Amino acid sequence: MNELLRVEHLSVALPTRSGYHKAVDDLSFAVDAGEIMGIAGESGSGKTITALSLFGLLPPGARVTGSIRLDGTDLTALSPRQLRDVRGRQLAMVSQDPATALHPILPVGTQLTEHMRHHLGIDKAEARLRAAALLETVRIPDPERALRAYPGQFSGGMRQRIAIAVALAAEPRLLVADEPTTALDVTVQAGILRLLDRLCRERGMAVIVITHDLGVMSATAGRLAVMYAGRLAEAGPTSGLLTRPRHPYTRGLLDALPHPGAQGEGTAPLVAIGGSPPSLGRVPDGCPFHPRCKYAEASCAAERPEPVPVAAGHLLACPPDPLRVSVS
Amino acid sequence: MSDDTVLTLAGVAVEYGRRGQRVRAVDGVDLTVGRGEIVGLVGESGCGKSSLARAGVGLEPLAAGAVTFEGKPVTALGRRRRPEYLRGLQMVFQDPYESLNPRRKVGEIIADGVTLGGGSHADGRARAAELLDRVGLPATATDSYPHEFSGGQRQRIAIARTLAAGPSCLIADEPISALDASAQAQIANLLGELVADARLGLVLVSHDLSVVRQVAHRVAVMYLGRIVEIGDTETVWGSPQHPYTEALVAAIPQADGAGVLPADLPGDVPDPASPPSGCRFHPRCPIAEDSCRELDQQLAPVAGREIACQVRATVKASP
Amino acid sequence: MTEQAVMADQAVRRGRSRRRPLAPPPWRRPLALAGLAVIGAWAVIAIFAPLIAPYNPLAQKFPILAAPSAAHWFGTDELGRDVFSRVLFGARITLPLAVILIVAAMGIGAIIGGVAGFFGGWVDNILMRVADLVFAFPGIILALAVAAALGPQLRNAVIAVVVVSWPSYARLVRSLVLAARSAQYVIASRLLGASGLRVLVTDIRPNAAGPVLVLAALDVGNAVLLLSGLSFLGLGAQPPTAEWGAMVAEGTQNFNDWWVGMFPGLAILTVVLAFNFIGDALRDMLDPRTARAVRGI
Repeated sequence: MNELLRVEHLSVALPTRSGYHKAVDDLSFAVDAGEIMGIAGESGSGKTITALSLFGLLPPGARVTGSIRLDGTDLTALSPRQLRDVRGRQLAMVSQDPATALHPILPVGTQLTEHMRHHLGIDKAEARLRAAALLETVRIPDPERALRAYPGQFSGGMRQRIAIAVALAAEPRLLVADEPTTALDVTVQAGILRLLDRLCRERGMAVIVITHDLGVMSATAGRLAVMYAGRLAEAGPTSGLLTRPRHPYTRGLLDALPHPGAQGEGTAPLVAIGGSPPSLGRVPDGCPFHPRCKYAEASCAAERPEPVPVAAGHLLACPPDPLRVSVS
Repeated sequence: MSDDTVLTLAGVAVEYGRRGQRVRAVDGVDLTVGRGEIVGLVGESGCGKSSLARAGVGLEPLAAGAVTFEGKPVTALGRRRRPEYLRGLQMVFQDPYESLNPRRKVGEIIADGVTLGGGSHADGRARAAELLDRVGLPATATDSYPHEFSGGQRQRIAIARTLAAGPSCLIADEPISALDASAQAQIANLLGELVADARLGLVLVSHDLSVVRQVAHRVAVMYLGRIVEIGDTETVWGSPQHPYTEALVAAIPQADGAGVLPADLPGDVPDPASPPSGCRFHPRCPIAEDSCRELDQQLAPVAGREIACQVRATVKASP
Repeated sequence: MTEQAVMADQAVRRGRSRRRPLAPPPWRRPLALAGLAVIGAWAVIAIFAPLIAPYNPLAQKFPILAAPSAAHWFGTDELGRDVFSRVLFGARITLPLAVILIVAAMGIGAIIGGVAGFFGGWVDNILMRVADLVFAFPGIILALAVAAALGPQLRNAVIAVVVVSWPSYARLVRSLVLAARSAQYVIASRLLGASGLRVLVTDIRPNAAGPVLVLAALDVGNAVLLLSGLSFLGLGAQPPTAEWGAMVAEGTQNFNDWWVGMFPGLAILTVVLAFNFIGDALRDMLDPRTARAVRGI
């Protein structure tokens, strides 16, 4: 597999009333062409800021260190103009709210063709043909009619498909989907997930799926990175991570999920991780998770854990490693 | 109907829209809630579960049917004050950022539950302190403002406010969807505890099927304004009988690392303004027969629960 | 740590700092501070004018139309009065009147708008149509008409500007009341048994105060301009009162002697700008988007 994106030691500090605080802290990961990579975390984990930093769309005043290499080119070193060209052409994003992703008073066709013509330099007629083909790819019924319609005339799930079509218009190599299905019904979500999977396989496009929903991760992502308070907690192949998690936070997230095979007449309580994720600027010293971790040791409050490989392709930022599976 | 029943909805219908363009968001629903029972109400967009929840608590006027709370009729909120006998029927709202007045202190907000019912301010304050503790928040919260708290904490404050009124039935309209994963579990648990401790009836409306499965005793699945399946949670979830329920369950992605894509349900939810004829689910149903287009569906008992599917009901009934 | 302890910790921490990562605090807004400083200065001048002004503003004993000099910083006008003293005394008219004016317009508008929003129906309709009627006319024209009808007097000019200004407040308060009525926390209160009046006082009023104040701050500048404008046209302050608008009018009669109209004009400018800066800052501070805690990154 050839590597498409390599993020190394990415840190993003945001300005707040009490000074600069890191929303993303020394994050490193890589994505191969044609693979679906998941970034999981709750609010405050820094996952959305990570996505925004790929596009250079951070809030004003944000300070970025580290490198983001797309096919060898360091995106952090590009000028705004150069970055604009990369955005949309090589990188595209689909975010949570399809209602705001699409222009409310431009017809769907225009939104697609405009994008295409700018990045691909094709003429109007050609663009229109391709736009119709795209809508068909994302399974919008009656594409010709849909081109003339406005986003408001479609349901939430349809709008998300259209948003995906717009993202695909310039044939990007990497698609970042930030909570793409969170606002959608579960059956609609299933359709979108299948669509993303198909697109990835057919086009060899890489996808980064960012979500807090581990079920979605399990279904789509081949590899997974779990973030907490801006730092990487654990990363590795999805199946391994979800069946044998090594980081107590990952374990906690999995335990907190309603269990498919739960016994009891629906009165079993959910196992929640006590407390809540730290907000910006209030990240504990040492391991950020230690106040909520039931395996915390003295060293956890003092030393900052670095991700180290513990198995093939599996990184873990937890020196005590309390969940390591002993040879049985 | 046992003495334990605290809320009854009979043939409830809710309509929206202007004259000549009425849309039935809820079209004939029967539901009962008993003390100490959690009834989950699930369904996707357009199914009418929120409208049903609002009608149940008295926020929407009924186009048909009746809602009864502790034997008395639930009238919709109009210009006048809500009747005293309905104080025991309260609602937990979806958005914890909108349901608390940003300019009032938390202690006052909770005390409202007491003072608006005629209690004294001193009583209100005392109860607020008690309830903050009950929902797991520190006593110092009394003098803080809502924006100083996270979504999960605000939802606890909102719950404390409803508890201050001494309710016997709560209707929670998507109480956890606006929250973080950790907070979702915490709030779901809190509601479960409160129901058990105070023997409250709880209607839990949620699109998160997994949480409802874990926490609710009974579950009702809605589609386009009707209940299509209703029964004990494990019965419904373990072996769903209505094709729509089957599709819902199959569409839930499991976090088991198996990389299995959830099953798709083709088609879109029809416009509630013009629902399909006969069985409303028939255009998307994998086992639809010709008769499904003509016959309107009624709930019938099948395999220990009720479903509105004559195809399945007939199959099960025949020896 | 137990869940309760962790949450207590978090809540206390949050209590100590408001979560507003991106909105600059008041002391980091130079324009607003400048505005406040200017208004403060004028207020001081207005209060202490009799002590600060070098000469009697009405005394006509100085050389006519003398250019600005050491003796007369702003020169003298065509009747031999010291312009500087007149400008200082002008503050005693413009500033208090502008404030009274706005308070009156705000009060009337808030009551009318509140009633309209609260009761709705035909009450709302009638009141808002009256407001629309007033809105239909350009402010200065209507103010002119009212002032002329009532007679050329400063008091009548004030009344005229109030008549022209109240509809914006009425519209604003009405929309705030309407929005608040359907706010979830209001519905929650009503479910608990709150009466309409209680909701108005406890839930609606605190949330309405902010935007109304912002409008008022931004409107003061407008009011000052209208008032000065009326005086400029001879319908407000009457001679020999030292009012800025009237002084600018005198300045147009003596164009070559630029100081007669320029300095009072500058005075109006500084006051209007200052209130605009303050109003802008208030609006930014009260904007719910910057005032809310950041929800999830």
